[in-house]
Amino acid sequence: MTDFRVPAWGYWIMGVGLAAFIVMLVMYIRRNRGFKRPLFASPYVLWLVVFTVIPCLLVAYFSFTDYQGNFTLDNFKDFWDSNYTARKAMDPEEMKMYEEMGLTLEDLGLERGTININTLVFSLWMAFLCTVICLLLGYPAAHIMANRDFKLGPTLVVLFIVPMWMNFLLRTVAMMTLLEDNGVINSLLEAVGIGRQKLLNNVAAVQVGMVYNFLPFMVFPIYNVLNKMDYKLSEAAMDLGCDKWHTFYKVTLPLSLPGVVSGITMVFMPAVTTFYISRLLGGGKVQLFGDLIEAKFLSTSLREWNVGSALSLIMMILILISLGLLRKVDPEGEGGGMV
Amino acid sequence: MTKILKRVYLGLILLFLYVPIIVLIVQSFNAGKSRAKWEGFSFTWYGQLFNDPSIMNALWITVSIAVLAALFSAVLGTLAAIGIHAMRRRPQAVMLTLNNIPMTMPDIVTGISLMLLFIFTKVERGYVTMLLAHITFDVPYVILSVMPKLQQMNKNTYEAALDLGATPVYALFHVILPEVMPGVITGAMLAFTLSLDDFTISYFTTSPLVQNLSTLIYSQARRGIKPTMNALSALMFLVLLALLLVVNRRTDSEKA
Amino acid sequence: MKKWISLVAVLVLMMNVLPLNGAFAAQEEVNVYNWEDYMNPEVFKIFEQETGIHVNEMFFTTNEEMMISLRVTPGAYDLVFPSDYCVERMISEGLITEINFDSVPNFSNIEPWMINPDYDPENKYSVPFMWGTVGILYDTTKVDDPVDSWGILWNEKYADEIIMLDSIRDTMGVTLKYLGYSMNTRDRLELKAASDKLIEQKPLVKAYYVDETKDEMVAGNGALALMWSGDALYAMEKNENLAYAVPKEGSNVWVDPMVIPATAKNKENAEKLINFLCRPDIAQMNCEYIWYSSPNTAAIELMGEDYTENPTINPTQDIIDRCEFFHDIPDQYLTVYNLFWGRVKDAK
Repeated sequence: MTDFRVPAWGYWIMGVGLAAFIVMLVMYIRRNRGFKRPLFASPYVLWLVVFTVIPCLLVAYFSFTDYQGNFTLDNFKDFWDSNYTARKAMDPEEMKMYEEMGLTLEDLGLERGTININTLVFSLWMAFLCTVICLLLGYPAAHIMANRDFKLGPTLVVLFIVPMWMNFLLRTVAMMTLLEDNGVINSLLEAVGIGRQKLLNNVAAVQVGMVYNFLPFMVFPIYNVLNKMDYKLSEAAMDLGCDKWHTFYKVTLPLSLPGVVSGITMVFMPAVTTFYISRLLGGGKVQLFGDLIEAKFLSTSLREWNVGSALSLIMMILILISLGLLRKVDPEGEGGGMV
Repeated sequence: MTKILKRVYLGLILLFLYVPIIVLIVQSFNAGKSRAKWEGFSFTWYGQLFNDPSIMNALWITVSIAVLAALFSAVLGTLAAIGIHAMRRRPQAVMLTLNNIPMTMPDIVTGISLMLLFIFTKVERGYVTMLLAHITFDVPYVILSVMPKLQQMNKNTYEAALDLGATPVYALFHVILPEVMPGVITGAMLAFTLSLDDFTISYFTTSPLVQNLSTLIYSQARRGIKPTMNALSALMFLVLLALLLVVNRRTDSEKA
Repeated sequence: MKKWISLVAVLVLMMNVLPLNGAFAAQEEVNVYNWEDYMNPEVFKIFEQETGIHVNEMFFTTNEEMMISLRVTPGAYDLVFPSDYCVERMISEGLITEINFDSVPNFSNIEPWMINPDYDPENKYSVPFMWGTVGILYDTTKVDDPVDSWGILWNEKYADEIIMLDSIRDTMGVTLKYLGYSMNTRDRLELKAASDKLIEQKPLVKAYYVDETKDEMVAGNGALALMWSGDALYAMEKNENLAYAVPKEGSNVWVDPMVIPATAKNKENAEKLINFLCRPDIAQMNCEYIWYSSPNTAAIELMGEDYTENPTINPTQDIIDRCEFFHDIPDQYLTVYNLFWGRVKDAK
């Protein structure tokens, strides 16, 4: 039985780390002759190390080792070529036999596998599409609600937030009931005379579910920024002879950019990594990168965990890169996100 | 004309957001078990809800974890924010970057990394591990909401208190805390809602013995949500809606 | 400020004590890890009344999920219901422990042909709970062709009306059977052929489900579904237009035994529960609730003609002869299965 245990050096590192932490604390207190305010952060520093830094290092450790704990790059090769490990595990005698039969790697299903890469690209595409749709739907809504003459605005914003407070899995299941063959929408379509359509268990259903889940995350930050914006600016532009569209294009839009950026972040990130929406609305036919990672960690063979870790690491790095790019547009983080 | 168009547009978007919820609520009154057929109006599922041990247990676990995680992360996060705020530039930048990691990491990666930690160190997964995970992803949000309040504070008040003979702990409770309390409360509330709604991280850090609402729903979703679950979510939804509208009304009237 | 702190302290205490109460109560208990909807809920109530032992139920969807959970959460389960072919592996990996058959006198009710099975040759580790077949559940209002071959699952007439199992061994297995191979093949070329066949079928498939299938079929949301016999009977009970057939190419016959994990904390209670589940009246209650075939001779006698005259629950010898048991596939070949199943899932 494969057994997970902290290797001996793991205990050493932990012990030495903890000792170093305490020594540093004591030295700091002595050097500053007393308890200084930065020390209030020390419990959280310890917490961060144990529950954030070490787990991240563990993911990295698993990515670069095989199931026996030896260093290897195979997991990453497996990402690039999903049949890599299978091909490597092939018995050379058996391979020889197949070669003598005149069979190519392709006949054996061992050619370069593109499953991992394809799924990643597909997930990125779905998330991109979802972000664009949310932006196109959400920006006008936020703009309308942020208008000072629109008295209902603040109340309506609350209505946008409320669904976020409801368990999103339940909302996704409710979406399922809507789209089912005998569901509400199909009954309506039949009554109108269009006839039943296949709405569930396809890529479109997954996309609808994603937009449905993440739309409030786009509306809210944009509304926040537009609401705080000095309305006198756009009034001034109007007074100076700008027409409505020009004012929007030259004044409102650039000023609302921070909100847009934080909306994009808050939609794109969960959309890339989701796995439950595709599971519930895709009927097992639509596979996203999150599904792939989850499946690796649910497989009988613990060898798959190392590949799963490598896939997680790749996803983490991708997210960090895209965040870095977005930071460039909104260095102050003015969008403010949820708060 | 444009005014009407604008309202219709908003109405359509809200309809898109609310139709599934309305369907869910309507179904909670359906006498039959089937999702597809309407078999008459009834309160059966509301009655059964309170006798369903798995749902009541999950509800209890969800709420207790959310409260505990909010409390712990409020304490940990406020202390951390005070500490980070007083740091010199270099260590402050390092801490803020580290603090950003849990927020920017995809949920699935956070969940898996914590799962690896618990399995690797042979800690049995369950209630406590789920709580630890929730605190981990909650603290950064508390820090984020406390930091601005600290920046608004006069830097010298704390030093003055110390000069006048206050101990650091006394100064913390009587000088700093009252000033930053609004930020702490916002942060704790944010933490509460985040952990109430979390699925992915809980999914990887708990055992099947300890299920919160999200993981219970996920395991039920495969073979049809029980109608009692619809009843529970309808109740929770109405409570939340009422609460939010009341709060909103009050803040509106305060502003006016 | 003091008020705040005491309030927080009280809340922490309250919150902390209550949920843990459930888990560490002094009450005797047994933790059961089972397939969803695979037990008459009344049965555990009776067990609790008679013995005072509380049953905690947990569920899994696939054998793969169950195996991983057993490894990474040792001590969580006392009684598990795996599929036959998993038992071989669980024994060899030391995941399960020998049952003390002195505490299970009702074992004498088990049908003789089920004792000393291939997966547990000396019958030390397992007691059969239910058995059944894999076949096609179909809607007679939608299907007018005879359902006697797996080939009907590839019939374009039923595009978007076919539900397959999201379970690697079952779906690959019947495809292998359709192509005339063994369900336990380790031959790469045969597996490749099966995978190609499934990719060819994918555009016709409505969904890959496990637990959802029976409800979908009851609701009339499909014409043909790959299904286990008991789930099929459950669905037929709810919707009289449904019927079940085991195709002529043969299929899978399986047994779900009960086993006790090596890390079980309440082994004796688990044995009591096994013995209880083998009691004829209880086995009858379960059989009439979940509709799988019973391995319990005494229970079958109690049920009489209702049981023996029903071809789905009591398949003829001729059907059983056409069927095959699953065997455990070693990791190195399982990789090949995973690889080809991955291609099916990835196909657009």
